[in-house]
Amino acid sequence: MGTIKVGFLHSLVRKEEKLLITEFNKRADVELVMLDDRELKFDLETRPNVDVIIERSINHSRALHALRLFKSLGIPCVNTYDVSNTCGDKILTAVALKDAGVPQPDVRIAFTEDSAITAIEDIGYPVVLKPAVGSWGRLLSKINDRDAAETVLEHKTVLGSYHHSIFFIQKYVEKKGRDIRAFVVGNECIAAIYRSSDHWITNTARGASASNCPITPELSKICVDAAVAVGGGVLAVDLFESPDGLLVNEVNYTMEFRNSIDTTGVNIPDKVIDYIVSCGRAHA
Amino acid sequence: MSECPVCGANISVADDVVKGELLECDDCGTELEVKNIDPLKIEEAPEAEEDWGQ
Repeated sequence: MGTIKVGFLHSLVRKEEKLLITEFNKRADVELVMLDDRELKFDLETRPNVDVIIERSINHSRALHALRLFKSLGIPCVNTYDVSNTCGDKILTAVALKDAGVPQPDVRIAFTEDSAITAIEDIGYPVVLKPAVGSWGRLLSKINDRDAAETVLEHKTVLGSYHHSIFFIQKYVEKKGRDIRAFVVGNECIAAIYRSSDHWITNTARGASASNCPITPELSKICVDAAVAVGGGVLAVDLFESPDGLLVNEVNYTMEFRNSIDTTGVNIPDKVIDYIVSCGRAHA
Repeated sequence: MSECPVCGANISVADDVVKGELLECDDCGTELEVKNIDPLKIEEAPEAEEDWGQ
């Protein structure tokens, strides 16, 4: 087989990107073409000379638009524009999970303060209010009572941009100090970690600690189902362990895994690159 | 070898350093970005933006 040209869409090179670049450079059959989103210019016609693109931009909005432009030029991308669009918006993710019958916490969506209060009280306190588009656990509000609900909703409406008046409300799941992040590549759940914290927000970007989580058949199935529900590819699925079983909280499309390689013993970048190369060859 | 633009400490980079790579100054802890490899140019990394991360 000949050399495959892999476009590496990025901006800042974090540990994850560096790990991927290092692993790509070990492959004799891969030529890596760096595509810095801060330097790209699109004219809707010119196609970069690559066989496949791996998306690793830190900015969601740049990633999303670049992927749409690459899609129009017929370049296979991992993940695809459609997957990124769905995963980048918690409302679209919730719809995709519901359509596929994947269990998730009870959710409501509302567009005004009054309807949001009603929606919150439909499912009962406590709830978590999240920006539909957002990451790293930022601007999440755990709302325990009506006083807090009225205050947070008013602040979001008055102080925030219009995006913050699209209210995504999720039933708070008592997670006993931890949740699960599982990594799916293609049709396989390759690794998973527990993220533990004394804080109710358990993102490792917010200081939660990582430990290995065994991949049970139940975990594997719900993660692959969630990945398929959003369109499939290379995805990180966040889950809660509820009394009724596992629930999918979010699906991430530019997954961060720096704390999960040593923790799980799985060479995550190696598996990601196998998948990228196979996607590129399938379209070559 | 380059200098931290914040505290002036010497910054050395690995042989496989890449453009855009994030580093941390060992002395002052500032997050830095490699803007150019040859010649080596290092600047303070940009502040996190609202749509960063997953």
